[in-house]
Formats: sequence, C-alpha cells, structure tokens
Amino acid sequence: MLDVIIIGAGPAGLSAAIECRKNDLNTLVVDEFPKLGGRLLGQLHQEPTGEWWNGIEEAKKLVDEAQRLNTDIRTGISVHHVAKVDDHFVVHTNDGKFEATNVLIATGAAETAVPVPGWTLPGVMSIGAAQVMTNVHRVKVGERGVIVGVNVLSAAIAHELKLGGVDIHSMVLPSKNVISADQAEPYAVMERLSRIAHLAPSAFIRFGSKFAKSPIVQKLAVKLYPKNGITMFDIPIHLRKAIVSINGTEQVESVTIAKVTPEGDIIPNSEEVVNVDFVCIAGGLYPLAELAAVMGCEFKYVEELGGHVPVHSEAMETAVDGLFVAGNITGIESAKVARSQGTVAGLSIAKRMTNDVSLDRQLDRAMQNVKTTRDNATIQFHPHIYRGRERVKAAYNRITETKE
Amino acid sequence: MTNKRITHHPILGSLDKQSTVSFTFDGKEYTGLENDTIASALMANGVRTLRKHEFSGNPRGIYCNIGHCFECRVTVNGKENIRACLTPIVHDMVVESGQVQPSPLDPTNEVLPKTYEDYEKMGGNQ
Repeated sequence: MLDVIIIGAGPAGLSAAIECRKNDLNTLVVDEFPKLGGRLLGQLHQEPTGEWWNGIEEAKKLVDEAQRLNTDIRTGISVHHVAKVDDHFVVHTNDGKFEATNVLIATGAAETAVPVPGWTLPGVMSIGAAQVMTNVHRVKVGERGVIVGVNVLSAAIAHELKLGGVDIHSMVLPSKNVISADQAEPYAVMERLSRIAHLAPSAFIRFGSKFAKSPIVQKLAVKLYPKNGITMFDIPIHLRKAIVSINGTEQVESVTIAKVTPEGDIIPNSEEVVNVDFVCIAGGLYPLAELAAVMGCEFKYVEELGGHVPVHSEAMETAVDGLFVAGNITGIESAKVARSQGTVAGLSIAKRMTNDVSLDRQLDRAMQNVKTTRDNATIQFHPHIYRGRERVKAAYNRITETKE
Repeated sequence: MTNKRITHHPILGSLDKQSTVSFTFDGKEYTGLENDTIASALMANGVRTLRKHEFSGNPRGIYCNIGHCFECRVTVNGKENIRACLTPIVHDMVVESGQVQPSPLDPTNEVLPKTYEDYEKMGGNQ
C-alpha cells in the first residue's frame, strides 16, 4: 500500500511529491505525458523585471529535486478511474491498479473549445497545442497563421510562436454564437484586456496603456478601434474582426474574416479571405476535474476560478477523507501559484500520515506563501481571484460543518 | 523533404544533438528525434493528417496535443486508438492512420458495407 499517489507531474504534483518525500512517505507520481513538468514545460515569457521565465528550466529544477529524494515518477500512465474502498483508494490506470492511503489530484487545466466552421481540418489546433509543439517539441505548426480568441494566454503564446520563427497574420475574435459567448464580444474582450494590462509583462504594458481604465473610454476605444488593429510584438490584434470560417479540403488553406460591430455582430459584405496554413483557437482554460468528480467530491461553479472546481480547504483537502487537490484543478492561476499549492498539499498529506505537530508551522507558512505568490503574480487570469477562493473556502466549511 | 524543426531559438538556444529514430506511417518511413511523440515527429516532417474520421472520412490532425481530445488517435503496432500526441516514437514502430469504418446500422448508407461480409467484398480489411 502506497502512502500517496499523485496524479499529474506538473508544478503542483511535483512540488507536492517533494514535500511527501521529505517526510519519507511512500510516494508514486504518475503522468500521461512522456515528459515531466506538465504545462509548465511550454511556458516562455518575459517577467516585468526583464528576466525570462523558461518553463523547461523551471520544470527541471522540480524534477531534479524530486529525483534527489528518490521519488518514484512514472510517465505514460493514464488514470481512468479512482475508487474509494474502505479506508484507501484504488487508482485504475492503463498500467494496472495502484492502492494508496491518500490521493492528490493535480491534473491541471484543459482548454475550452470554441467551434468555428472548418475547425476539424488538419492545421487547426488549440493555442496550447501550438505552444507545446513550438517550445517543447521544437516543431513549427505552420508558416503563417491566425489566432482566434484575444486573451492574455493567447497573446503570450502568439509571441512565443513568433520567437519560434512562425509568422502570425493576426489575432481576431471568434464569431458570435451560443458557445463563444463573451469571447466574441469586443466590449467584453476590451474590458478584460484593460484589467490585466497593468499586471502583464513589458510589451503588454505598452499595449495596455493604449486602453484607459474608464468604461466610457473603453467603449469609445472599441467604437474607434483602428482598422489595422493594435500591434503587439508586431502582431496585429483585431477586436473588430471575427473569423467566419476556416477553409480547405485536405488541410487549412485560408480563413474568412469579417468586420464586426462593437457588439460582435458580423457587418454584411465585409468578409475577406486570408491565406494561412494554420489556425490556433484560444478559448481560455478550465479546471480539469473529472477524476475528482468520479470520487464523489463536491463541486462548486466559480466563474472567477475558471469553472467547476472541487470544493477544498486552504490546506488543499477535499471533504473526501484522504483526497487532496492542488494546482489549476482548484482554479486557473499561474504555474507559480500551482507550485506553491503543491507544497501545501504535500505538507497536508504528510501531516495526515505522520501526525507530526511540527508540520503545522510549515503548513501555515506554505499557505501564506500561496497568497504572497498570488499577490505577486505577473498575469492574473481573473481579477477577482480572491473572491473566488473565498467562495470555495466557505463552501468547504459548510460541508464539513454539516458532516460534524 | 519538409523540415519544420526549430533548430535555433532566440531564447531556448540551439537544439541539443539528439539521436534519430525511424518509424513508418502508412507504410512510408520517417525519421524523428529521440523524445519526439508520433505527432511531433510527423509534424516535423510536414505530415499533419493523422486519420480520417470514422464516419465522414474527413481528414483530422492534432487538436489539443496534450491527450485530452483524442482527435489524434492512430494505430500503433496493430493497436488501435493510440493518442499520437502522447506516444513517444521508438525504432521500427509501425504507425497507421485511422480510416473510415463501416457503419452497418445507418439505413441511409449506400456506400459503406452493411455487414462484415459486404465489407470484405468491398475490399475492406486487406
């Protein structure tokens, strides 16, 4: 019987594993992907200090530390079910079953799909797919492409593609439909961009300073949005253009883009066809939480955190005894926050297993560190992250009080 | 041959020298780098179509590239529905693209076989 199985070898899972091993717990880390580090691997951006955040190097630091502590880490393992049996868990994988006293789910996030006519053609992919191809596998996804969806993540990755030698024709909005919702509405997109501008890396600051904070000025900015877009990293960003279709027979050959009103409605006869060989769709991230759901964990829909999240405490415990969560499964935030949450989860698991009271102080410090990391985050995915976190905490307290 | 490999990167530096791995995709031999997935090795060679949709026959490639969407499923050494984006290439691996599958239950189907016998008569499974 293992003390703990950690599902996901990203920043949260690895940092949790490090704490578990420091406390001598019998630990197994599993991940589907052949390389360790999760989505941290693809990250490459400049901090406001000018320093580069290189995900590959950051992942290596965590992996080296975990390996120094003799952590059993296995790749190529997919978990498809977890069952609670009496006082332990049975984790079902493509490589057999594993039994453990505790489970930490650190599965991260997935990208929201935004359907566009023609989006099944080879050459259309999620923005994260292009990021992994470019920075991790070092392969160009195409020569010249269009990015659909304007948000902080897509802007950062657009720049990464450029660094990889891939030409970006422009960034445009998805066309308005029941699924794309406010991603397709220029006013909403502008408002979100202006909220993050002050937090973002240097080029964003220049980009953001073009928008004022006042809603009236923002509305005016959308109305008078420049015909050629606003350029960031030499990439034209269009808030008044949306994609109508992706065209091609065997693969992407072109896209049809139309002008839109400030409300996001297509302006008739404004379509243009642009020749590109790839398209990236950026619909934003949501917590990848199915495994917590099959284990009977309670969920709460929290918009500020990116969707349905498993209800958990500040110490990263769920109301299911022995089940812990950390990282983006608990809400969409930066890799640094995920890493500090992993430390909290690891300490919580160690505390449950050893009853060592000296861990209390470490745990308090680690929880404080999550907040400090959050405060200092370069990119905040949502401005009201604290409000979201409070709502989850309150839900957890309600559940545990009812139980008692 | 198309080469989409990013050998020099302004921030990440030059690609370390890695040993190459050869494998076949639909009978044709390709070379990738050690640590490539099937999807990245093929994309480096300019191959983006990994399968045909089982019903419509429309071409498909990767979508999410992290194992979540299952759009990249291929047959590896005879085993079906393997995700190309998560599977590392190994020497002499035999990869095959997914093909249109018979749909015997579709009453409007005039092109696809309705029974396995029909399927074989029409040249399936050869």
